[in-house]
Amino acid sequence: MSSRIEILNDGGFRSDGRKQYELRDITIDLSQQGTADGSAMITHGLTQVLVTVFGPREAKMRSQTLHDRAVLNVEMSVAPFSTGDRRKRSRADRRILELSAMIASTFEPVVQTTLYPRSQIDIYIHVIQQDGSLLPACINATTLALITAGVPLHDFVCAVTGGVHSTSPLLDLTTLEENDVPHMTVAVMPRTRKVTLVTMETRLHVERFRELFELACEAGQTIHKEMKAAVKERTVALVGAIDAGSKPGVVDERDRDVFMGESI
Amino acid sequence: MICFASFPATSDASGSYGTTRHHPDVEDDVRMDLDEDDFEEGVQRLTVPGESITSSHAFMRGHGTYVDDEEVIASVAGTVERVNKLITVRAVRSRYNPEVGDLVVGRITEVQPRRWKVDANSRQDAVLMLSSVNLPGGVQRRKLESDELQMRTFFEEGDLLVAEVQAFFADGAMSLHTRSLRYGKLRNGQLVTVPPILIRRLKSHFVSLPCGVDLILGLNGYIWVSKHVKQSDQEGEEGFDAEAVYSNKNDEIDDATRAAIARVSNIIKVLASHFVPLTDAVLLEAYEWAVDQENSVKDLLADETGENLVASIGLGIRP
Repeated sequence: MSSRIEILNDGGFRSDGRKQYELRDITIDLSQQGTADGSAMITHGLTQVLVTVFGPREAKMRSQTLHDRAVLNVEMSVAPFSTGDRRKRSRADRRILELSAMIASTFEPVVQTTLYPRSQIDIYIHVIQQDGSLLPACINATTLALITAGVPLHDFVCAVTGGVHSTSPLLDLTTLEENDVPHMTVAVMPRTRKVTLVTMETRLHVERFRELFELACEAGQTIHKEMKAAVKERTVALVGAIDAGSKPGVVDERDRDVFMGESI
Repeated sequence: MICFASFPATSDASGSYGTTRHHPDVEDDVRMDLDEDDFEEGVQRLTVPGESITSSHAFMRGHGTYVDDEEVIASVAGTVERVNKLITVRAVRSRYNPEVGDLVVGRITEVQPRRWKVDANSRQDAVLMLSSVNLPGGVQRRKLESDELQMRTFFEEGDLLVAEVQAFFADGAMSLHTRSLRYGKLRNGQLVTVPPILIRRLKSHFVSLPCGVDLILGLNGYIWVSKHVKQSDQEGEEGFDAEAVYSNKNDEIDDATRAAIARVSNIIKVLASHFVPLTDAVLLEAYEWAVDQENSVKDLLADETGENLVASIGLGIRP
């Protein structure tokens, strides 16, 4: 594979000025989106994904319900303006269906679906911008959205891509790098260090696999800290608001001409 | 070894969390194992999924937790609560978890043989059996075949109703009943939806505000805001009037009442978006503030007005 761009220059910097093991900046927005039960927007560098979660709720298609657990339904839409070349992908695009199936199977063992028999959990993924590492961004955003929806999970799922340029491993690839180097995506559950997803679309030398895999698992732990901090912050804010409102005496018992139905 | 590149700072939301940031190595988790005295009075512990709470030898696991490798681990983000040896985690926001005796507001989604399906913001649609509604012509009477044939004259798809949780089915679906004069079909108002956690159990969930507006605070987060109906009218002469109870026609509502209903609805929406728990006292204070501002009803929904409203009652999410 010959390329015009230099993936890693002599000074050890990548095309966007990062070092080998440097991840792109992550921003997380967990604010409420419309009527969704949970939602999260995550930005990995220039890749931006919005996920909304509805449910667990009554299944739309009764034939698809399972009597002992909930069904995870993942639907993905890619904005036409998200890539360099503007083009519209249909919902039935093979690539999109494959990604959604991958995300569904990643979360199948993590979500405690047995608590919600005959229900359905809808996960809607909107890709707003893409610049590499799309699948990890979707997985991380889905984790956060499920947490904000109050869906019980065994653990976070933290995903990252890794690639190898000649013999040097790289983390969190951009589109430029994804096109050039063999890469894989790894999703880990940080507490047990179990891996829920490993996927490769390119061929990677077997001797490089172990090093890269371990590195990606380690990076998952770093991303976990970032995601945990965001969830904690939201929880503190919301619990604080509830506590302030339910403390007796904050709203003093002034002349209460509000009467409760019972007392009339 | 692994760190973040601070490039590019596209969104100003990046400053909204983690004001103090440490080097990842410094920030290592302080894993706490709970002892008896760690659950001090008034000290709230927050947790996130996958965080170990305590050992499973000394404690029992409740909702929002699971046991793995002899540890009780949280499965939702929220507050840790303990009752004696039982540890539960209450999610900060989730769907409605029904309990027997709860008052809920729901919407009919389907008419099935001898039952209605009701959407009540829960994990499954609730079931309202024909045998658990008040049938016309006497409060207590057995259902007949003719009743089964004319179920749509009582409740149709899309109708709103207020009911009580009666029991649960084996799969966790709830069964409702409307065998009370206070329960039944809803009219003369509008529905507002809020997160269920904002509605606390009260002595009564039927609230009358002095501005001529009645509220039904369903524990499932559905709130019915309607014109005030006098208690005597509600009950009818015989105690039960099928015509009135299952009527689909709204009464005459004058403009002032319409404005009041819309104002109360908007206030509820604003308070809910700032995550303020709803009580009658808070609503009343907010209503007075809104009237004092002399804004039109729709202006309440503007972000700025909403923030002023919440600030005026001194609640809400603090930045």
